Amino acid sequence: MIAFLVRRLMISGVVLAAMSILLFVLLQVMPGDPAEMMIDPFSFAGNREEAVARRREQLGLDQPVVVQYFRWLGELLQGNLGYSFSSGRAVSEVMTTRLSGTIRLMGASMLIAVLVGIPVGIVAALRRNTAVDYTASFVSLLAISVPSFFVALLGIYVFALTLGWLPTAGMNSPGGTGLWDSLRYLILPASILGFALAGPYMRYARSSMLEVLGQDFLVTARSKGLSRLQVVGRHALRNAMIPLVTVAAIQIPSLFAGAVVIEQIFAWPGMGRMALEAISARDYPILLGFVMAVAILVVVCNLLADLAYAIIDPRIRIGGRA
Amino acid sequence: MTVVQEVTPSATQQPEMAVPPGRLAVRRFMRHRLAVVGLVVLVLMGLATLVLPLIVTTDPNAVDPTAFRRPPSSEHPLGTDSAGRDVLARLIAGGQISLLVGLIAAFGATVIGMTLGAVAGYFGGWVDATISRLTDVVLSFPTLIVVIIVVAFVGPSLTTLVLAIALFDWPTACRVVRGLTMSLRAQDSITGVIGLGAGPLRILRKHVVPTVVAPLTVVATILVAQAIMLEAALSFLGLGVPPPSASWGNMLNEAQSLSILESMPWLWLPPGLAIALTVLAVNFVGDGLRDAVDPRTTR
Repeated sequence: MIAFLVRRLMISGVVLAAMSILLFVLLQVMPGDPAEMMIDPFSFAGNREEAVARRREQLGLDQPVVVQYFRWLGELLQGNLGYSFSSGRAVSEVMTTRLSGTIRLMGASMLIAVLVGIPVGIVAALRRNTAVDYTASFVSLLAISVPSFFVALLGIYVFALTLGWLPTAGMNSPGGTGLWDSLRYLILPASILGFALAGPYMRYARSSMLEVLGQDFLVTARSKGLSRLQVVGRHALRNAMIPLVTVAAIQIPSLFAGAVVIEQIFAWPGMGRMALEAISARDYPILLGFVMAVAILVVVCNLLADLAYAIIDPRIRIGGRA
Repeated sequence: MTVVQEVTPSATQQPEMAVPPGRLAVRRFMRHRLAVVGLVVLVLMGLATLVLPLIVTTDPNAVDPTAFRRPPSSEHPLGTDSAGRDVLARLIAGGQISLLVGLIAAFGATVIGMTLGAVAGYFGGWVDATISRLTDVVLSFPTLIVVIIVVAFVGPSLTTLVLAIALFDWPTACRVVRGLTMSLRAQDSITGVIGLGAGPLRILRKHVVPTVVAPLTVVATILVAQAIMLEAALSFLGLGVPPPSASWGNMLNEAQSLSILESMPWLWLPPGLAIALTVLAVNFVGDGLRDAVDPRTTR
C-alpha cells in the first residue's frame, strides 16, 4: 500500500514539475519584455537602455534561465502567481473568488450525474436487452453525442425564454440572497452539465454491472438460494461499484471542461469564464494561473481515483497493482 | 451474438486469427440497425455538403446589408444572419468545414496514436514505459481545455485547430495499438519472422498494421465524433474556425445573444441539429463497428 502510494505520488510530482517547466517556457516566449514594458519610452528621460538594463538586473532577468525558473517556482509555491494585466488584482485572489462559482456548478452537476446515471445504468444491466435497456442506452448516447452548448441553448429557449420558469443567466438575481434564489439560477446549468456527464456514467455502470453479473460467485450466491434482491444488492452492486469510483473521479477534469462552456453560456462567474475572458483580454498571468489550476485538478483527481481504488479493492492494498 | 469465450482480464487478448472476419463483421454490423441508420445519415450528410453547393449557388460569405436577420423566405430558405448572409448556404459550407476538420483531425490523431502504440508495443522496455507515461498524462488532461489553452497562445486558425486536436487526442488509439502489438510480438510466428531476418519496419507493416486495422477503425470513428464536437465547441466559443468562414460551431456563436435565441430560431436551430445529428450518427456507427469487430463485447 505504502509503495503503491509513493509510486503514484512520484508520478504526480513529475507531472506537476513538467507542467511548471512548460508554464515557465510559455512565460518566456510570451510577447513583451517586462523590463521594457515597465519603463515608459515616452516619459522616461535619460539613458533608457541603461535604465532597462538596471531594471532587468533588479528583476533577476539577467540571471541564467535555470536560476530564473527556480525563483519563479519559489514564488509559485508561495501562492504568488503574479498580477492580472487587466484588473491589477493578484491572480490568486481572482482565482479564489472564481473557484467557488465553479465548485458550486460542478458539485451540483456531479450529484445529478451520479444520482441519474448510475441507477439507470444498473437497471439497464438488470433488464438487459429489454425496452428499458434500449431506451437507456439510446438516451445515454444522446447525452454523449449532443453538444452541451446546444442543449443549453435549447434549455434556455424552453425553460427561461418560453416558459419563463428559470432565469437565463447569472448566479444570483441582483441583490438577491437566500437558498431558493441561488437554486433557481443553479438548476438549468447544473442539469445540462449533469446530463452530459450522466451519459458516460450510465454506460460504465451498465457494463460494470453486466460484467459482475456474469461471474461465478453470483451463480454460487444464487444457488445458495438467496433472493434476487440479496444477490444484486449485497453481492453484485458492491463489486460493480469498484471500477465506477475510479471512473467517477477520472471524469472530473472533463466535467471541468464542460463547465467552461456552460459557464460561458450562462454568464456563470466561474474559472472557465475567467479563462475565456482572459483569452480575449490577452491577460496572460490569469491564463497561466488557470493552466496551473487545471494541472493540479487533473493530478489530484488521478490520485483520488487511485486512492479510492486502493481503499475499496483490498487486492491493491496487499499486493501492489491488481 | 452468443459466442461464449474465455475472456482474460489482462491486456493479452488474442486477436481473432482463425476465421477471416471480413464477411462476418459486415453481417454483424448490418444487424445493428441503428448503426446502419447512422451510416446512411452520414453518407447523405457527406453527399449533401458536396452536391448542394451546385444547387444552392448563393455565396455563403456574401454580405447583404439590406436584408439582415430575415426569417425564412423563398429567396432565403433558412433566412439570413446578422450580416445578411444566407443561412442555408452557410449551413452547407459550414458542414464541409466541420466534417473536414473532424475527419482530418481524427485521422491525424489515429496515425500518431498508431505509430506511438506500435513503437511502444514492439520495442517494450524503457521506450514503452516512456510512451505509456506520456499517454497517461495526455489522456488525463481534457482535450477541450488543452486546445483552448493552445489556441489562446497561438491564436485561432483552421490549421491550429486541426493540429491541436490531432496532437492531443491520440492516446486512445495508442493504447489499443500498443496492447495488440505487444500480444502479437509475443507470438512464436513473429519470433520466427525475426529469425528469418525481418526488421521492425517490415514486421510493423506486414503483421502489426493488418492486425490493428479493424480495432483501430472503431477508435478512429469515436475520434471523428470527438473531433467534430471539439470543433463545434471551440468555434462556438470563438476559438475555432475564424470568421468569415462558416462552421456549424461558429454559426451558433451568435445565439449567445438572448434576442437572437428567443426570436430567430432559424439562425441557431439548423446548425445545432446538424452537429447533434452528425455526432449521434458517427457514434451509432462506432457502436456498430465495435460489435462487428469484437463479438466478445457484452451486449
